[in-house]
Amino acid sequence: MAIRTLKRFFFSCVTIFFVIAFNFFLFRVMPGNVETIIAKANTSEAVKARLLAEAGLDQPLLTQFGIYLKNLLTGDFGEAFYNYDGSSDVLTIIAGRLPNTVILLLCAEAVAIVLGLLVGVICAQKRGSKLDTGLLSGSLVMYSMPTFWFAMLLIFLFCVTFRIFPTGGITTPGTNYQGWMHIQDYLHHMILPMICMGLLMIGVYAVTMRSTMMNILTEDYINTARAKGFSAKYILLHHAIPNAMVPMATIIALNIAAILGGAIQLETLFSWQGLGQLMYEALNRRDYPVLQGCFFVSTVAVILVNFIMDTIYGFIDPRVKS
Amino acid sequence: MLNRVQKYETERLKKELQKMKTRQFFREVWANKMARVGVIMIGFFVLMAIFGPIIMPFKTTDIASSRDMVFNPPSAEHWLGTDNQGRDVLAYLVNGARSSLFVGLVATVISMVLGTLIGITAGYIGSWVDNLLMRITDFFLVLPWLPFCMVLAAILGNSIWNIILVIGLTGWASTARIIRAQTLSVKEQQYVERTQSIGAGRWHIMMKHILPNVFPLVFSEAILIVSSSILTETSLAFLGLGDPTSPSWGTMLNDAYSTGAMTVGAWWYFITPGLCVILVALGFTLMGYAFDEILNPKLKER
Repeated sequence: MAIRTLKRFFFSCVTIFFVIAFNFFLFRVMPGNVETIIAKANTSEAVKARLLAEAGLDQPLLTQFGIYLKNLLTGDFGEAFYNYDGSSDVLTIIAGRLPNTVILLLCAEAVAIVLGLLVGVICAQKRGSKLDTGLLSGSLVMYSMPTFWFAMLLIFLFCVTFRIFPTGGITTPGTNYQGWMHIQDYLHHMILPMICMGLLMIGVYAVTMRSTMMNILTEDYINTARAKGFSAKYILLHHAIPNAMVPMATIIALNIAAILGGAIQLETLFSWQGLGQLMYEALNRRDYPVLQGCFFVSTVAVILVNFIMDTIYGFIDPRVKS
Repeated sequence: MLNRVQKYETERLKKELQKMKTRQFFREVWANKMARVGVIMIGFFVLMAIFGPIIMPFKTTDIASSRDMVFNPPSAEHWLGTDNQGRDVLAYLVNGARSSLFVGLVATVISMVLGTLIGITAGYIGSWVDNLLMRITDFFLVLPWLPFCMVLAAILGNSIWNIILVIGLTGWASTARIIRAQTLSVKEQQYVERTQSIGAGRWHIMMKHILPNVFPLVFSEAILIVSSSILTETSLAFLGLGDPTSPSWGTMLNDAYSTGAMTVGAWWYFITPGLCVILVALGFTLMGYAFDEILNPKLKER
């Protein structure tokens, strides 16, 4: 067990190193290398000269990589070409935006897991019925839907036509709520992006849950439990669902990368001031240091979550240990 | 002389058999309800992409001359209404089909070639090559694809070929894994061992003996990848990374979003391209699942 975790940890570190190297070389070796990137930036000549000097372009490539690595590890992500939220230090900007994204993603993930579980269990129970086919094809359609398009539909319906929810942002502009009022306002803004994200993720969870449940319900220990006289509900809650959670954990971990992609689109549409919207802003202004920083942070986050899930996996499924 | 005749005969028989197999395949596709729906959906959009722009009475360059031609709802003249510049939405849609399908298909070809090559090489050669290639594959599997594509596309620039390259380079990992697993089982077959003992080279065995045997899998996988490639293209174009010279459905949605089609209530402008994307993605998914059933009959027994 410990060896497995250690191996995984080592592999995660190697992957992160890959990402760093990729991040470094991509911005230097590719057709648009640092010089042209800096030359293209819409900043004053003085700033450009300083950026050039900071990039250390007169040094050999390996030394540059060393400097880059040292800077990253000491938390120096460089300076942005523009100001965001009144700061131009990339790390400060990202740290300011990260909580919003994390809150939104956690809530959406919770919605998706609970609903996906329910749909999956219902489908497996009523397999072959009209309800099953309906729910299943519904999740298939949700799966082939572009995230941002679904968000556009929701905004059009709930914000423009019915005016139930605000069209975007994280708080009502012009207000300065404190305490409970602030939380209420924040939640009111979060409901729609959260539901949107959650609904889009249901499909994957529901389909996985359905097929695992169908497999589990034919296992011998379920028959044994039935023979013992347990009610169907008891068997479902205490025998079937806990065992079905194991493959779910894998899917959740695998899904993290896709979720981040969805978050970028959703945050942009709902002007939710998180990491995704920051990436979109940086992309439109071709603000490479910010783009680089966001890419680094999101990749490390995905790798970390995968590592953590993998470690937990060993605990929830004792079979993995052997 | 006789030898030649024999050879000719076997060649002819082989071709005949191949023809029969192909015909059989198409018959089975048509008999499968899911596949039939998928084929009809995709056929419709392919025809639309090829002939649509030729038949359309409006061009995407027909810009309105007066203000009251802007954001018109669907009418007898403009079946799907007009956009913020008074352009015909249907014409835009039909033109968008071309680049959306083109990008999706070509990017899939790149992904498939990469995934198949890497999968077969890793599976057949094994040892450290397998280890290295699989670590790279894992790396691409965990990489958050959208930020990755955004960074790549931003650096390479917004040309249609760069978009294709970016999507192709990020979509091969899952295929490589599947092909590797299949290669591992094909490799153990006796005829591979026999070919090895005659002294056939690695490349020869991989291309002539393993590839044909994993090909059905590659084919059904490819069809599933097309839909995700089209979805990726749509997302990238929506984020402003599309090629402005060949607008796709994603570019159209980006235009609709940035010109405020949602707030003025011009539903015909932003709902239609999204519906097209969904129908195409759904069509390919249905076809992919059905082909998988037909080409990999082991699945049927399960």
